[in-house]
Amino acid sequence: MEPIQLGNGDAEFIRKVEVESRQDMKKCYQCGNCAAGCPMSFTYDYTASQLIRLIQLGQRQRVLSSRAVWMCATCETCSTRCPNEIDVARVLDVCRHMARREGYAGERNVRLFADAFLQSVRMNGRAHELGLMAVFKLRTLKFFADLSLAPAMLLKGKLPFLPHRIKARNEVADIFRRFKEGRAEDAAGGKP
Amino acid sequence: MKIGVFICHCGSNIAATVDVLKVVESAKSMPEVVYAVNSMYTCSEPGQQAIEEAIKERGLTGVVVASCTPRMHEPTFRRTVERAGLNRYMFEMANIREHVSWVGKDKAANTAKAVDLVRMAVEKLRLDKVLIPKFIPATRKVLVIGGGVAGIQAALDCAEGGMDVVMVESEPSIGGKMSKLDKTFPTVDCSSCVLGPRMVDVAQNERIELHAYSEIASISGYVGNFDVTIRKKATYVDWDKCTGCGLCTEKCPSKKSYDRFNEGMGETTAINIPFPQAIPKKATITAASCRLLSGGKCGVCAKICTSQAVDYTQKDREITVKVGAVVAATGYDLMDWTVYGEYGAGRYPDVITSLQYERLLSASGPTGGHIRRPSDGREPKEVVFIQCVGSRDPSVGRPYCSGFCCMYTAKQAILTKDHIPDSRSYVFYMDIRSPGKGYDEFTRRAQEEYKAQYIRGRVSTVYPKGDKLVVKGVDTLVGEQVELEADLVVLAVGGEASQNAPKLAEKLRISYDGYGFFMEGHPKLKPVETNTAGVYLAGSCQGLKDIPSSVAQGSAAAAKVLGLLSKDKLESDPQTAGVDVKRCVGCRKCINVCPFGAIREVDMRGQIKAEVIEAVCQGCGLCTATCPQGAVQLSHFTDNQVLAEVEALCQS
Amino acid sequence: MTTGKTFAYYPGCSGSGTSVEYDKSSRAVCEALGIRLVDLPDWNCCGSTPAHQVDHVLSAALSARNLAQAETLGLCETLTPCPSCLKNLHNAVEHLREPGFGARVNALVERPLTREHSVKSVLQIIYEDVTPEKVAEKVTRTLNGLKLVPYYGCLMNRPGRSMHFDDEENPQALDKLMRALGAEVLPFPLKQECCGGAMGVPDNRITSRLSGRLLEYAVSLGADAFVVACPLCQMNLDMRQAQAGDYYGRGFNLPVFYYTQLMGIALGLDKTRLGLDKLIVKPAAALAKIGRKAKEEAPAASGAGRTAEAEVEA
Repeated sequence: MEPIQLGNGDAEFIRKVEVESRQDMKKCYQCGNCAAGCPMSFTYDYTASQLIRLIQLGQRQRVLSSRAVWMCATCETCSTRCPNEIDVARVLDVCRHMARREGYAGERNVRLFADAFLQSVRMNGRAHELGLMAVFKLRTLKFFADLSLAPAMLLKGKLPFLPHRIKARNEVADIFRRFKEGRAEDAAGGKP
Repeated sequence: MKIGVFICHCGSNIAATVDVLKVVESAKSMPEVVYAVNSMYTCSEPGQQAIEEAIKERGLTGVVVASCTPRMHEPTFRRTVERAGLNRYMFEMANIREHVSWVGKDKAANTAKAVDLVRMAVEKLRLDKVLIPKFIPATRKVLVIGGGVAGIQAALDCAEGGMDVVMVESEPSIGGKMSKLDKTFPTVDCSSCVLGPRMVDVAQNERIELHAYSEIASISGYVGNFDVTIRKKATYVDWDKCTGCGLCTEKCPSKKSYDRFNEGMGETTAINIPFPQAIPKKATITAASCRLLSGGKCGVCAKICTSQAVDYTQKDREITVKVGAVVAATGYDLMDWTVYGEYGAGRYPDVITSLQYERLLSASGPTGGHIRRPSDGREPKEVVFIQCVGSRDPSVGRPYCSGFCCMYTAKQAILTKDHIPDSRSYVFYMDIRSPGKGYDEFTRRAQEEYKAQYIRGRVSTVYPKGDKLVVKGVDTLVGEQVELEADLVVLAVGGEASQNAPKLAEKLRISYDGYGFFMEGHPKLKPVETNTAGVYLAGSCQGLKDIPSSVAQGSAAAAKVLGLLSKDKLESDPQTAGVDVKRCVGCRKCINVCPFGAIREVDMRGQIKAEVIEAVCQGCGLCTATCPQGAVQLSHFTDNQVLAEVEALCQS
Repeated sequence: MTTGKTFAYYPGCSGSGTSVEYDKSSRAVCEALGIRLVDLPDWNCCGSTPAHQVDHVLSAALSARNLAQAETLGLCETLTPCPSCLKNLHNAVEHLREPGFGARVNALVERPLTREHSVKSVLQIIYEDVTPEKVAEKVTRTLNGLKLVPYYGCLMNRPGRSMHFDDEENPQALDKLMRALGAEVLPFPLKQECCGGAMGVPDNRITSRLSGRLLEYAVSLGADAFVVACPLCQMNLDMRQAQAGDYYGRGFNLPVFYYTQLMGIALGLDKTRLGLDKLIVKPAAALAKIGRKAKEEAPAASGAGRTAEAEVEA
C-alpha cells in the first residue's frame, strides 16, 4: 500500500464528517475501546478506531471504500463505551451516507437489502417482509438463503402475502421524492 | 511627586506586538512623570540596576514598571525600589504582557492599550501612600494534617529543624496509602521496610505530638497564630493504657468487620489493630461491628484486657492547639471504579483493584503474601491488568492521568511472576507513562525479563464463564480483537482527591480545583505554598504523585515552614482594610462577606462599629466593595485610587 | 403510576408480520395494567436500520410523520414495543433539537411537528411507571420454576446519555419484571451483546455466529428459555436458532419468549391474546417447568460469576 501522504489530508472531508455527525474527531485519542467491543469487527477491514484515525488523517478514499462502514450494525457498543463520548456509530453511519452519495460500490448485499427495504416502505408506506425479500433475492440471486425458514413462518402467519398499505402512501412517497430532489440540489450546489 | 516609568520589551514577548518606544514617548507627557525609558528585560540585573540608578540620580519618589503580571515580579520590583531608598508601596505595575501583547495581534491597538494601562498606573501611583508593615509574634509550632508518607516527611523534617509538630491522622494508624503497598517501584524494595522506621521515628520523636483517629474540627486565626480544634474520635479504648498486645483482637467474637486496611480483601474483628507495624499500635473498636456497642451483649475485650484499657463509654472529644503554620498532606482516594459496568461494577469477586492486589501480595496481608483469588482461594495463573480505569476518561469526569498507575502495574506484573513463576500477566495499556528516573527501564524489565505481555488497547468487557473471567479487548497495534480466559483481573484504578478535601480546604481557606485537589500558590514557583499565608501543601492532596515526589514535597513544605518560623515575629502585609468609624453605620455587611473572619463588631459608646483585625485581613477587598457607606477602605486600593484609574481610562 | 394514562401507540411493521405475537401480547398486558394505548392513525414504517444507514434526515422525516400523526390525536407521548422503532423515533426527537436539522427534516415532510415529543418503550413505562412491585401484586399465576435468561439487545438502553433508561451496561428492567412474576432470572452477562441485528438477510452467517454465542451461554447457565423485548432479537434467536445450531455444529432448543407473553401468563390473561403458538421453538417444555420447584433440578454449571452476581443482587 502506498504511504499516506500526511500533507494531503482532506480537510473538507474531516469537516463534513464532523458537521454531519456533530462529533468532534479531534477528541479521539485512539484508546481502542470502540474496536475492542465491536461485535461486527470480525467482518471489518479496518477496526472502528482505525476508521476514526483515518478520518482524523483526512483519508477520504480509504474510509469511504472500506467494508467496515457498511458492516456496522449500529449496536452502539462503541458509542456507549467511548471515554470521550464520541458517537462512533453515528460517525460510521455518516461515512456510509457519504459513500452512498459518492457512488462507492460498498457491500453489495447490505446495500441491496437496504434499497429493497426502503423501496418497500416507499411503495407501501410500510415494510412488507415477503415483498422486500423477493426483491432482494431477485437482485442478489441468493434464492436459497433462508429458504428453509419460509414454510414455518408462512405457516405461523408471520409472513403475510399482501403488504399492509397505508392510506396516505403519497405522503411517504413524497418524503422519498423530496429527499432525492434535495440530494440533487446538494450536488448542484457544488458541494463535494 | 517625581515619577519614573520603565517600559519593558520582555525580549520579543512585548516588543513584537507593542510599540514600546511610542509608549515611552506617551509616558513622558503624563502628569508628574519626570523620566520614562524602555528596557530589554526590566527584571534582569541591569534592568533593576537602571531603576535604582534613576531613583538616586533623578530623585524619583515613585516608580511604574510596565511589563508582566504583578503575580510574577511585583515582589521583585518592590525590593528594587526599596534598595534605592523608596517605600516599597510607592511602586505600581502595568501588565502589558498578559493583558496586552500576549492576547492581541493588532500592534496599534496594543500600543494604545499599553499607554492606557501605564496612564492608569501613574494615576494610581500619584495617590499611593507610604505603608509600613507591622510585626506580629508567631507560634513556633506546625500542624501537619495527614500521616501518609508526605506528612511523615514534613513532620520529621520540621522536628529535625527544631520545630514542634502536631500531627493529625484520620485513620487509627499513620502510614497512609504507602503502608498498604507491598513493594515500591522502580527498586522493588519492601514498602514497609522503607516506611516502617520513619513511622517509628514519628512515634519516638519528642517534638512530634501524634493524634491518630482524629480530624480537624475547625481552624481560625492567621499565619503565625492559628487556633486549631482537633476532634479525637472515640476508639473505645484508652490509648494511654493500651499496650498493643493484641489479645483483645484474638478473642473478639465479632470477626466479620470490614477490613479497611486490607481494602476488604479480608475480614477483621470489631476491636482491632489495623496492621502489625501500626503507629500508634493501639486497638480501636469499630462501633457498628461491636456486639456490645451495637446493642447486644458481649464485653469479651474488656474482660480479657489486662490493662483495663477498654472503655465502652468513651465519646469523641475535642482539644485545641495553637500553631504558627499548617501543612496539609491529606493524600488521595481511589476513584469509585464500580461506575464501570463493563468490568462488572463490583459484581465479580475476582475483578479487584490494584490496591486490593497489593494486599494480596503483601506478607502482612490477609493471604500472608500468597496470591489467592477472592472467589475460591485458588492461585491465579492468567492475570490481566487493565490500566487507566478512571484515569484519562472524560466520560466519568476524570480526564487527567493519575501518573503512577503505569509504574505500579509494571511492578505488580513483575511481582506476580515472582510469586507464581508459571503465571502469565497481560497488561492492557493506552500509553506507558514512565518519565521518572529509572522508570522506563523498569517497564521494559517487566516485559523483557518478566515476560509480561503488554497489549496496546482497551478491554471492552469482562464477564464470568465457568470459574474463569472472559476478557475481551483489542490490540490496536495489530488492529484485531483479542480474547482471554483469565483467572484474575486487576484494575489499575486511578486516584482522585480525598472525599473530604473540599471541606478541609474551606476550613483552611485555601483554594481547590474542580477535582478537589488543593491549589498551589504558583504552578512552577510556589509548588508547596498556597494563597493563604502559613498554609503549605505536600503530597497527593495537591495533585496525584508517586512516593518520591510526595516525599520531596514533604521536605519542601518543611523547608518553607522552617523558613517562615525562623523568626520570632512575622512581618504583616500592610495592604489591609481599615474602617472609618465616623462613616460606619454598623450594618454588619462587611462582617458577613469577609471570608477570613477578619472583621469584628465592636461597641463604641453604645454604637455598633466594624473593626478590622489587621493581622487576619488578607486584603481581598470584598468588604470595601460591599460597604454601602464607603467606610471601609483598603489601603493601597482606596476608592479614590480606583476612581483615578477609571478616570484616566475614560479621559484617554 | 400510569394507570389510566393514554399514550399514542406505534406498533411497528413487524407487529403485523414477524412479531405479531409481540404486538398482541403488548396490547393485552397494557390493557391489564391500565395503560391506555391509542394506535397512531395510518402510521408509516420508521425506516428501521436501512433508513438511518442511508440518511439521518430521511430517517428522521419518516419518524416525524408518525409523530405528526400523534399530534392529530392530541398526544405527544408515544409508546412502541420495538426497540428499533424506539431508537429511530427517539433519535428523530433528539436530532430535531440540533440546529439546522429541523429545517432539513421539515423540507421533506407534509406537516412539521409543532410540539415537543417523548418516545418510550412499552417496557420502560411498565418498569418505571407501573413498577415491578405493582406488577407482582397483580400476578395470579406465578412463574415459579421457570429459569429465564433476560436478553435486552443493543438498542434500548444505549448509550445511556441518550436513551435515559435503565443501566447502560447492566440493565435490570426485564430481570426485575420477570422476578416479580416469580420466575428465576439467571445472571446473563451477554444481555446486551449484539445478536447480529439486521444482518440476517444480507448474511445470515453473521447472525448465526453472534446469536449462537448467546444461545451457547444461555444453555450453559441451564436456562429454560430466553426472554426478550425486541422483535429483531427474537427473530434472530428463535427463527434463526436452527441456523445458529448448524453454524456451531450443535442443536439448540431454547424457546424465546417476549416478556409480554410471560407477563400475560402470570397475569392470567386470555391465552389467545398471547400468541404462544407463533413461537418457532416450541415453548411447551419450558412452560411445563412452571410450578415445579426450582430446587428439584440439579444446579446448573454456572461458575463463580453467577454466585457473585446472585450475592450482590440478594
